[in-house]
Amino acid sequence: MTAVELPAPKRSSLDVVLRARELGIVLALVLLVAVTTISNPRFLSGQSIRDILLNTAILAVLAVGQAVVVITRNIDLSVGSVLGLSAFTVGTLLQNYPGIPVVFALLVGAGVGAACGVLNGVLVRYGNVPALVVTLGTLYVIRGVTYFWAGGSQINADELPPSFLNFGTADIPWLVILAVVVLVVTAVVLRSYRTGRELYAMGSSPQAAQLAGIPVGRRTIGAFVVSGGLAGLAGVLFAARFGTIDAAAGTGMELNVVAAVVVGGVAVFGGSGTVWGAALGALLLTTIGSALAVLEINQFWQQAIVGGLILLAIGADRLVAVRVAAGLKKRGSHVG
Amino acid sequence: MTALLRIRGVSKSFGAVAAVRDVSFDLYAGEAHALVGENGAGKSTIVKMLAGVHRPDSGALELSGTPLALGGPADAKAAGIAVIYQEPTLFPDLSVAENIAMGRQPLGRFNTIDRAAMVSQAARLFTRLGVSIDPNRPARGLSIADQQLVEIAKALSADARVVVMDEPTAALTGVEVERLFAVARSLRDGGAALLFISHRFEEITALCQRVTIMRDGRHMSTDLLADTSVDEMVRRMVGRDLDALFPKQDVVPGATVLKIDGLTRDPVFHDISFEVRAGEIVALAGLVGSGRSEVVQSIFGVDPRDAGTVEVAGKSLKPGKPKHAMAAGVALVPEDRRQQGLLMELSIERNVTLPRSRSLSQLGFLTGSRERRSAQEWTERLKTKYGRLSDEVGTLSGGNQQKVVLAKWLATKPKVLIVDEPTRGIDVGTKAEVHRLMSSLAAEGVAVLMVSSELPEVLGMADRVLVMREGRLVTELSRSEATEEAVMFAATGQEATV
Repeated sequence: MTAVELPAPKRSSLDVVLRARELGIVLALVLLVAVTTISNPRFLSGQSIRDILLNTAILAVLAVGQAVVVITRNIDLSVGSVLGLSAFTVGTLLQNYPGIPVVFALLVGAGVGAACGVLNGVLVRYGNVPALVVTLGTLYVIRGVTYFWAGGSQINADELPPSFLNFGTADIPWLVILAVVVLVVTAVVLRSYRTGRELYAMGSSPQAAQLAGIPVGRRTIGAFVVSGGLAGLAGVLFAARFGTIDAAAGTGMELNVVAAVVVGGVAVFGGSGTVWGAALGALLLTTIGSALAVLEINQFWQQAIVGGLILLAIGADRLVAVRVAAGLKKRGSHVG
Repeated sequence: MTALLRIRGVSKSFGAVAAVRDVSFDLYAGEAHALVGENGAGKSTIVKMLAGVHRPDSGALELSGTPLALGGPADAKAAGIAVIYQEPTLFPDLSVAENIAMGRQPLGRFNTIDRAAMVSQAARLFTRLGVSIDPNRPARGLSIADQQLVEIAKALSADARVVVMDEPTAALTGVEVERLFAVARSLRDGGAALLFISHRFEEITALCQRVTIMRDGRHMSTDLLADTSVDEMVRRMVGRDLDALFPKQDVVPGATVLKIDGLTRDPVFHDISFEVRAGEIVALAGLVGSGRSEVVQSIFGVDPRDAGTVEVAGKSLKPGKPKHAMAAGVALVPEDRRQQGLLMELSIERNVTLPRSRSLSQLGFLTGSRERRSAQEWTERLKTKYGRLSDEVGTLSGGNQQKVVLAKWLATKPKVLIVDEPTRGIDVGTKAEVHRLMSSLAAEGVAVLMVSSELPEVLGMADRVLVMREGRLVTELSRSEATEEAVMFAATGQEATV
């Protein structure tokens, strides 16, 4: 947590335990890279690392948004569909107006996503329906809208302006820089701003949040807007990176995103975890994918490994939680 | 004295039910004001109005002479009204300091939260309260007493002028109550108005100057405590005389039904041995944390045991097998009815018949009618008030929920009934009914083992009192030997301060 280090007082051993979570992912990453590199030294080549980071950037932006929602004890399953809609919208826009600047394309994508986020947030807030159900619904609705609009058509790289494709493939890894900016800004807001802390509070105890006078409804909608907006942004990154967009872009991606978030140590019941963890989770999952390809292991195993990692992550969280709880009980047992 | 907060003719209905009808009373600065009434009398609704959670349908609130319209909890907070709920409302994942400062975190550069200032602010508050809680630790795992103190620190940090405490002592031990009261008194003497809600009259007399009594949503009276008596208050609360609060019938004890020998579970309790005979009520007293609840949970088999034997009517029970204990005729009414005693989303009848779902089923299927008949019988016997048997248990008041838990276990016709804090947080009328019921069960030959933190209940109900301290059984007192002083002396190992 370098970027937001504050002059904190003494660190208790408890913080170390809680921080170990991110440490664990880093260790797993190092191990994975080491093993793969021994088997095939080319894994550590510049091009390979570059590919991994570029692919991670898209997943990480999605994971950061998802983490914000999960911290409030909600979930956003519609992100894959939002990514698809945003990518196709921006692709179509650029097809027709090749002159528009990349920044504008990014804003349009984020705007499309944010609008989807408003829809999710409002349905969760006023419909009083669990986010799981609402976003499962919008997952299909948004995908359906994209199919209806796109039909069978596909936007190819040669139809997109070179300046835009350059943004995704230039020597300067813009995608990665953008993802890091998103990550740092979100991390600072979540850690050091009242609004961010209120999101944790809501996830930690929705009832207490209500009683504490936190505007729970507004914050819920806000979290979905962030998640949607970032999914929209990821859609533009997707378009710039791959150049080929059809109505199926990003299908099934929501599960990768949730996996990254969970592996990254964001508690599914809300209230704890960091976007750093979520981004590291995204990096780990992407690296596994690449490593399996380099090691010439059947891609089929990737899913099994991701599944195993999720179970491991949840198991580790449970174990840590039990230990920490026992430790806290001991520390708290003083009779005045 | 001028009124700091005036409650003027407020009413509130939920659907067809009028929870509060035209209630008026004033709170003065520098006074501790008790609000008493049976469960369902409307106290909680008044609290929630002051907290900004409910808006009165009619009537108004006035703070220092100006009308006060509370649109939500944030408004109440801004107006300087702090509410401490019976069940603390902390954020378990956040640090104690952050819990205290939530919404008012000290800000530094670029409006970011100044964590160091936040932590030292919390530390200062704890010093002022004279407690040692680490501001950096998460709220998860704090004892109820410490959580209560964090809530008070919250009120202090907000410079609250009106502090509402909704049964803050329900889960505290004597020592903790004393500490809470010391803090409450200093708040009061600092010019805050305190509204204190409790079912315990000895606490009300110890802390408060005036008392407001509510019954069925109406205001009955507001008096100086000095001008009234406990009997008088009880009469106004329930609208009838309660002949005796603790009516234990004298029963000649029969054969030993429950025999505990050398029960040990490291490090919670050691070498616990005692017997309970048919027709007896034996109380297990001691401070919270002395291991009482753990002992009964181990007897029932919910918790494991390291050594020792448990015998019911001469048959020894296997450790860690609640099913086995149930089959042998043991019933446990747990301490925390919300978490352990009831399935809040299920219907009343389902809850009542749950432990007997096997015997009530036909060919492995549960038919609604048998469940309903049985539930009907038991809820009537316990005078439970409810709309329909198919209503969710969560919709009942605390006292009625407790009756459902009791009905659930009594219906299994137990030989040994273990009750853990049978009357925590329930009103005087229901309390008397629960006590009468326990007494009549004992008279029918059930062996009753009761864990209780309420001394009057222990002294009134028990034939024998076993006192635990730090995981050991330190003394056994007969009914005639058991006085408040004797029990507290044994429980704390020193002269009692209460």
